[in-house]
Amino acid sequence: MSMSSSVGKTAVSPTPPPAQTSKARRQEAWAGYGMIAPAVILLLAFLIVPFFMAFGFAFTNQRLISPNPTEFVGTRNFERLLTMRIFPNKAEVDPDTGEYILDEDGNYTFPRSRNFTRDNPDYPELDGLQEAYAWVSGDTQYLLLAGDSVFLRSLLNILYFTIIVVPVQGGLGLGLALLVNQKLRGINIFRTIYFIPVVISMVIVSILWRFIYDGNNGLLNSLLSMLSFGSFQPIDWLGNEKTSMPAIIIMSVWQGVGFHMVIWLAGLQTIPGVLYEAAAVAGASTWQQFRYVTWPGLRNTFVFVLITITMAAFGLFTQVDIMTRGGPLDSTTTVIHQMVQRGFNKQDIAYGSAISVFFFLMVLTVALIQRYLTREND
Amino acid sequence: MPKSLTLIGRYTLLIVVALIFLFPIVFMLVSSLKPDLQLLRDSGSLLAFVPYGDLSFNNYIEAFQRVPIARFIFNSVLITSVTTLLSLVLNSMAGFALAVPRWKGKGLVLSMIIATLIVPFETIAIPLLLIVSKLPWISFSDCESGAFVCLTQNWLDTYHVQIIPFIVSAFAIFLFVQFFRSLPYELVEAARIDGASWFEIYRRIYVPISGPVFATVAILTFLAKWGDYLWPIMVVQSEELRPVQIGVSYFFQLNVAWGEIMAYLSIITIPVLILYLSLQRAFIESIAASGIKG
Repeated sequence: MSMSSSVGKTAVSPTPPPAQTSKARRQEAWAGYGMIAPAVILLLAFLIVPFFMAFGFAFTNQRLISPNPTEFVGTRNFERLLTMRIFPNKAEVDPDTGEYILDEDGNYTFPRSRNFTRDNPDYPELDGLQEAYAWVSGDTQYLLLAGDSVFLRSLLNILYFTIIVVPVQGGLGLGLALLVNQKLRGINIFRTIYFIPVVISMVIVSILWRFIYDGNNGLLNSLLSMLSFGSFQPIDWLGNEKTSMPAIIIMSVWQGVGFHMVIWLAGLQTIPGVLYEAAAVAGASTWQQFRYVTWPGLRNTFVFVLITITMAAFGLFTQVDIMTRGGPLDSTTTVIHQMVQRGFNKQDIAYGSAISVFFFLMVLTVALIQRYLTREND
Repeated sequence: MPKSLTLIGRYTLLIVVALIFLFPIVFMLVSSLKPDLQLLRDSGSLLAFVPYGDLSFNNYIEAFQRVPIARFIFNSVLITSVTTLLSLVLNSMAGFALAVPRWKGKGLVLSMIIATLIVPFETIAIPLLLIVSKLPWISFSDCESGAFVCLTQNWLDTYHVQIIPFIVSAFAIFLFVQFFRSLPYELVEAARIDGASWFEIYRRIYVPISGPVFATVAILTFLAKWGDYLWPIMVVQSEELRPVQIGVSYFFQLNVAWGEIMAYLSIITIPVLILYLSLQRAFIESIAASGIKG
């Protein structure tokens, strides 16, 4: 996106060589075609064609292997993916006495959601929907019903992950960059160390952190128990639906923050030293220097960091697949995890493609926001 | 505050942060050398990070005996190096074609390639899975009735399905275009007068003076391909074709012996760490390059 603009900017139109023969010009053109051809062919076959096929398959019932011919099914896949309804479920009333039926604890009881979503002729619009969430207010239970409750869950999970990871990883990355941008002896050693998790693959890091989060002998439990002089009760961090996502967030930030430290650092080093000297002469404090010299100079880096973390966060998959397989109770499943579950594990290419298309629209939205934020530089 | 005190403060902070990044790796390396009983006992204290007691390479020997780790490493090295090599050749050629010679449609092709940068691999993975399951390949081994060569149909569970789709990268082409455009055009003019062909100009003039961008593309391709997980879990079934990342994730699911798993993780990590530490400047500059251009 923004890259296209910088290509335009750095374009240097070569001065045309004088008096070229038409043969030389033909030769030049053929050289160009010949050298670009392999790349274009591979790009077409393995990127552009599958990209458009994703859009095509999303409107069919294509499967990886199927005896039946593929059929066009319209928007059925997307309807299942995106249908959401809130249904007020009234508390059960005894038909004879007209009084509420209460359970042992004196709470209202509610009819099960499947009474409405399974072949109930009174509620045709709810047919086939699944219960995603339920919350009670007075004598009414509000049911959030979705065409695909697990997908809805994955979408909420990925938004949760992104909202936390983007500011935390971006901010810590900047902090680390400022830390290693100091002029100190041996600073390069620290820069090298902070970047190490980035070169170790995510698979290795995920397995390693399973041992840190382990419910019995995990390092984290031991550390917390030591700090609290033994009063801390061990937690199975990945096996508990409340702690599983935070655990994955912390580990993801640990692995990825070195990458963004380097990006921030590159941005910091483009700020001319003269500006700092001028600020020092004018008597600016460290904070003022940061606020009025460093930060304005980092504007483009800021947008780049924001966008790359967001897009990577949307694609969350490897950690989840290795550490929790999306569980417990779907608390860590993600959009891409669902795409792989449906498209690959269940071989439902069509539904997997519909999720792919949805994912692409998420990424495209973020890219358009980036375009908008950097518009004045174009 | 006296200057020496602030200096101590700064270094303390730097060291504490360094420990946060290092502790899991130290834990992995130290644990890989310990017997399981001691490992579990030590995990309750700081001893988890101290190499002491009955240290040995037994875990490594066990891990090697239990799974074909050498084969997995060979597969990963093969897949990663072939992909990187072909990526350098084809992307640099494409970058040269887009940066130097003039031909009709060049602007259009460049815009098309730039536009594909927005498509994440995840978007195309599922349809690509279907495509590769139907692509033809020339086979010399799996032919019926003893024929020497024949056409097979299905790329799943092969080496080439892990390589060919990843050779061309729009981002690599973009980096090459940027770099080649920054070189003086006089190089081309002088060579043309001497009668050099366009391919010779690319091969003999541009390639030799473009070391930095080749290093950047090689490192970025290596990092992405070495750590790849999403694609191989979908296309590789046979044990003998598994890259290390898939091999280790299966091993991890089957095994409960911590020491062996740590040994396995160390075996994969140590070579990458050595490579990184010996080329760390180039690694960090490559990542920085990917950001500055953005």
